[in-house]
Amino acid sequence: MNRLLNFVAAIGAVTLGTVEFIGELALFTISGVLHIFRPPYYPRQIARAFMEIGYFSLPVVALTALFTGMVLALQFYTGFSRFNASSTVASVVVLAITRELGPVLAGLMVSGRAGAAMAAELGTMRVTDQIDALSTLSTEPMKYLVAPRLLAATIALPLLVVLADILGVLGGYLVAIEKLGFTPGAYLTSTFSNLRAEDVISGLTKAAVFGFVIALMGCFNGYRSRGGAQGVGSATTTAVVSASILILALDYILTQVLFVK
Amino acid sequence: MSTPKIRIRGLKKSFGAKQVLDGVDLDVERGTGMVVIGGSGTGKSVLIKSILGLVTPDAGSIEIDGEDVLRAPRARARALRAQIGMLFQNGALFDSLPVWENVCFGLLAQKRVTRAKARDKAVEVLAQVGLDANVAGLSPSELSGGMQKRVALARAIASEPAIMFFDEPTTGLDPIMGAVIDELIVDCVKRLGSTSIAITHDMASAQRIADNAAMLYQGKVTWSGPAADLLTSTNPVVDQFTHGRAHGPIKMALRK
Repeated sequence: MNRLLNFVAAIGAVTLGTVEFIGELALFTISGVLHIFRPPYYPRQIARAFMEIGYFSLPVVALTALFTGMVLALQFYTGFSRFNASSTVASVVVLAITRELGPVLAGLMVSGRAGAAMAAELGTMRVTDQIDALSTLSTEPMKYLVAPRLLAATIALPLLVVLADILGVLGGYLVAIEKLGFTPGAYLTSTFSNLRAEDVISGLTKAAVFGFVIALMGCFNGYRSRGGAQGVGSATTTAVVSASILILALDYILTQVLFVK
Repeated sequence: MSTPKIRIRGLKKSFGAKQVLDGVDLDVERGTGMVVIGGSGTGKSVLIKSILGLVTPDAGSIEIDGEDVLRAPRARARALRAQIGMLFQNGALFDSLPVWENVCFGLLAQKRVTRAKARDKAVEVLAQVGLDANVAGLSPSELSGGMQKRVALARAIASEPAIMFFDEPTTGLDPIMGAVIDELIVDCVKRLGSTSIAITHDMASAQRIADNAAMLYQGKVTWSGPAADLLTSTNPVVDQFTHGRAHGPIKMALRK
């Protein structure tokens, strides 16, 4: 009987914990978003977050996109030439980059770099009482720390994806011209003739959502971290893992919403 | 008899099954210094955080100037708490900002000084805690522990608060630097005419910076009186604590 009660108690505890976590995350999200729109605003904090998330992620996103475009050109050429369809490589590379790989890879890279940094910074601020100190200095921590990061990431990621799209296509172009024997004119014509505005816009919409999710997970996990260095490490890991999983799951959902007709 | 600057009645707070504060009553008279002592985990920090609004108590009242901050409208409670300056145990300086921005952070947030004039103001306040102007441009990580504590004190006094809290102000400092910080605290509190509450385990420091003392034990104030009487108190709990005796009414769990 005792075992049964313990089992029921364990299920109850897990359920309550899950509901509490979801409620806490929902309240945190709502509060963060409301603080974006309510004054006072902190333009310096927004600019700093924008530099941290956007500018300093440029190299890693650029390299990832460039090499991904190069690999895609090689792989698609290998596959399509078996069906005598190698002339479609340019079209498929640009669609794969703009619709899918640009936003997803940029999201994963920024999550690993900036999302982790956000969680570590806020986590350290939490365990060293800096967040409490903000409150005692007439400053709302959600407004000063979280809202600027949410806003900056939501704006920065689409801009990074524009760059990723361009460099991904460039990577495919370089391999196609140098290795696969395509002519520049034919490759570019094939690239742009099948590309629609909605392909790019949908990719950028995904990027904005991913940017928000990365900042949300980074801030949420950092803000509620406890227990010193171990707590900060754990918050950082959780922020990156949860943002990465959410990016992949939301990618599927958004693809359903944006592309299925 | 005048209204105490801070009056706490029946304050309770638990974390899970642990009842940390179990009906704390405390009065801090205007312009006086109170030191709260007690063993680790007895709720001293929770008490201060409750007054600051960083922890929400389960029951009780906290009055500042006769107004209950726990029941006041949010804006009014914020205004009442805005008169509190806080020195955190580890300084809690913002390491992403230079010293001068740390010192003037509250003034900038309240728009009481422009960014253009903030640095001059910071240098002025830093001088009050014995720091040179060339410290203003440094990052907190470039300072020693004692200097960080002084910068944190400068930040706490920059807005000339009517109430000041000090959370273990001498922890981690050598005895001489501890005495220097205590002197600075006494100077600042006297100059500003502030009411202060300090938490400390350092009995010498307690007697230097406070007029009155209260001992927290088992969630309640078990003794209160003049700070000068701390070491001569006949209360067995205070006697054991202030003299650091291993045996007495305060039981510490020892793993053997």
